[in-house]
Amino acid sequence: MADTKAAPPLAAPRATGAASARTVLLRRARELALVPALLVLLVLGAIVNDSFLTERNLISILGASAALAMVVLAESLILITGKIDLSLESVVGIAPAIGALLVLPSAESGWGTEWSAPLALVAILVVGGIIGAFNGILVVKFKLNAFIVTLAMLIVLRGLLVGATKGKTLFGMPDSFFTLATSTFLSVPMSVWLAAVCFAVAGFVLKYHRVGRALYAIGGNQEAARAAGIRVDRMLLGVSIVAGVLASVGGIMQTGYVGAISANQGNNMIFTVMAAAVIGGISLDGGKGTMFGALTGVLLLGVVQNLLTLAQVPSFWIQAIYGGIILVALMIARVTTGRAQD
Amino acid sequence: MSTPLVEARGIVKRYGPTVALADGQLTVLPGESHALVGRNGAGKSTLVTVLTGLAAPDEGTVRFDGEPAPALADRDAWRAKVACVYQRPTVVPELTVAENLFINRQPTSRGGVISWRRLRTEAAALLDTWDVRVDPEARTADLKVEDRQMVEIARALSFGARFIVLDEPTAQLDNREIERLFTRMRALQESGVTFLFISHHLQEVYEVCQTVTVLRDARWITTAPVADLPRRALVEAMAGESIAELEVQLRELDDAAPVLLEARGLSSESYENVDLTVRRGEVVGLAGSSGSGKIELAESFTGLYTPTGGTARLDGEKLPFGDVQAALKAGVGCVPRDRHGQGLVFGMSIGDNATMTVLDRLGRFGFVGTDRKRGFATELIDRLDIHAEGPDQPVSDLSGGNAQKVVMARALASDPRLLVLINPTAGVDVKSKESLLARMDSARDDGTAVLVVSDELDDLRRCDRVLVLFHGRVVAEHPAGWRDHELIASIEGVDHG
Repeated sequence: MADTKAAPPLAAPRATGAASARTVLLRRARELALVPALLVLLVLGAIVNDSFLTERNLISILGASAALAMVVLAESLILITGKIDLSLESVVGIAPAIGALLVLPSAESGWGTEWSAPLALVAILVVGGIIGAFNGILVVKFKLNAFIVTLAMLIVLRGLLVGATKGKTLFGMPDSFFTLATSTFLSVPMSVWLAAVCFAVAGFVLKYHRVGRALYAIGGNQEAARAAGIRVDRMLLGVSIVAGVLASVGGIMQTGYVGAISANQGNNMIFTVMAAAVIGGISLDGGKGTMFGALTGVLLLGVVQNLLTLAQVPSFWIQAIYGGIILVALMIARVTTGRAQD
Repeated sequence: MSTPLVEARGIVKRYGPTVALADGQLTVLPGESHALVGRNGAGKSTLVTVLTGLAAPDEGTVRFDGEPAPALADRDAWRAKVACVYQRPTVVPELTVAENLFINRQPTSRGGVISWRRLRTEAAALLDTWDVRVDPEARTADLKVEDRQMVEIARALSFGARFIVLDEPTAQLDNREIERLFTRMRALQESGVTFLFISHHLQEVYEVCQTVTVLRDARWITTAPVADLPRRALVEAMAGESIAELEVQLRELDDAAPVLLEARGLSSESYENVDLTVRRGEVVGLAGSSGSGKIELAESFTGLYTPTGGTARLDGEKLPFGDVQAALKAGVGCVPRDRHGQGLVFGMSIGDNATMTVLDRLGRFGFVGTDRKRGFATELIDRLDIHAEGPDQPVSDLSGGNAQKVVMARALASDPRLLVLINPTAGVDVKSKESLLARMDSARDDGTAVLVVSDELDDLRRCDRVLVLFHGRVVAEHPAGWRDHELIASIEGVDHG
């Protein structure tokens, strides 16, 4: 609203240094909005259960969250550009499964190609990238609706996984398939370190590189981004491929954590992924959110999951309670961040 | 005579079978402010599209400073020559002003790492150079329209462009903001910036421009110094026929007419303690600057805005607040303030849009009879003289004037007893304006009470009374026959303390 006081025409009020500093501080504070919630949960956990705040349990929370973290990272990048990719959860299943099928002899329901393990691991990443590229081409070049396309891809890929494994669980892959989850550095699993590095790199690029800023610009106002000379289509395609690769890394982590690949690996994961991203302040409309926020979203859900297990909630009820807590967390995030989750 | 900064000759542009521009011509001299006027559909937007390099003309040439225009793909070369500030923002709302200024060319240190500190200082320096008083750290979404426009202008200037196209820059501004924009335009003009100014408001053309080019029916009609083209001649050039200057007949006010709308002590955050009565068949105008609360006051009667105190009675019955459905039922029809935001669903057809408020009357149990709907919509199209192929044409195809008539049609569809019109002629060409305002007259002939909120004096001139709001209070009441300067003085708050 215009200020109607009789001010000289050009004396529009310049925000004072203090006011400007305050708005910056406020913006920072919103990024950290989930940290208090996380601390409250930690305190609560420590009170409820003696074994919660032990080094071993905390590391196990991290280990269990690593795969989810990778997929949330992938999804967040896509959401920031204003698109969506539901099929990432199927990538988590099918990418490592194809790698396993390439390695395993036909006697162990593989394809009998018996590739070497390093080659198969690279193949997993390539599969993730190809699926991402395929999604990206459909959405960017053929202008199909991202939600429906990736929903269809979710089902197709899930079906392919079940078909290729005939519904069986794949065992007996070489050790290198599990290394990420089993080997540790400073007694923390490598998968956690890797996820941490990925988040740090993504966060840095998003904040300090033109490519990262371009993603925000595209998500905020695609036409403006195009007018500013950003190659919008190329960026969207690139993000889609990167997200596919990141999700396939998440798939490898999940494989290592579980020790096998079942035909429903990654099933229903996308709901948790979306919840973590939105709780963490990533907007489904694009253009908003930080990697730090997304990470706190992941950790929050990881802690909740762990608490539920420790509290020995009957397994039949765990889903209902988990879903309810996500709902409550979304509401709390809405209140603490003070902005609409559009 | 110096080389023209921009020279377009014989521009022809077709979109499929439609000829959007049959003979576009424009010659802009360096350092002037050049107005481009014409009715909706005259080819102004097409000419701008060609001038800014967003589309190649099918025939004709564009020259900048005597040199041929760059190739279409060479965006950088275009950006260095010309920029357009559109009505719709071309900034990213979530990013800061500083980042928007340097989007995709942020200053980096080694390794391509963005230096936020340098970004801030360079943005501040840029804004200072052009005297744009905006905090570079502010979120762009929080800026006022006028500041956002200045940021876009500053960004264009930083690319080296000295030719700026302003596409209806005043459409969303109030009088005071428009004055500020003009002051800034004049200052920029003195530092060597050339403007092409597009507006529906002819008085603005006279106020800020030196030369005017008129387009009509996709053709160039004339280019002349504004001083040599009186208002009547300009309107004639635009319309292609002489439109009688708006003759306002003063009507005898029927004091005996019963009071239809009676509001007592209405208060809210935007206005306080407002008393208001509108008689049957009376047209009451609400004027004020954009923060005066006039829009909120009008919206209070339609359910779009909820007052915190006071009462309103329509025909003796209490009007519920904050409930659009209830207001409709009570007999309030509304043309909301923003055609794009609240007025129309652009993907839907004319028929669907026009009958949106009355679907319950067109069938039982929530089912809608297709034939009845079509018939009803066709009748409305005729009644309002909407130029369209039929009720099934999507609204997005229509020009601004015709789209606004659809909004009006929807307001009238429910046969309202009280008609609330908020900026009913914003962004509408001269002729459509006439026909929209004529609806206002006929509404009052059948005993409807009309409440008009507008920034345009032409709209308010038709009112029986004009109430002026200032900082949320009714400060003046002008019966029909007021003089422009009287009304403007009370809108701007110069005639009272």
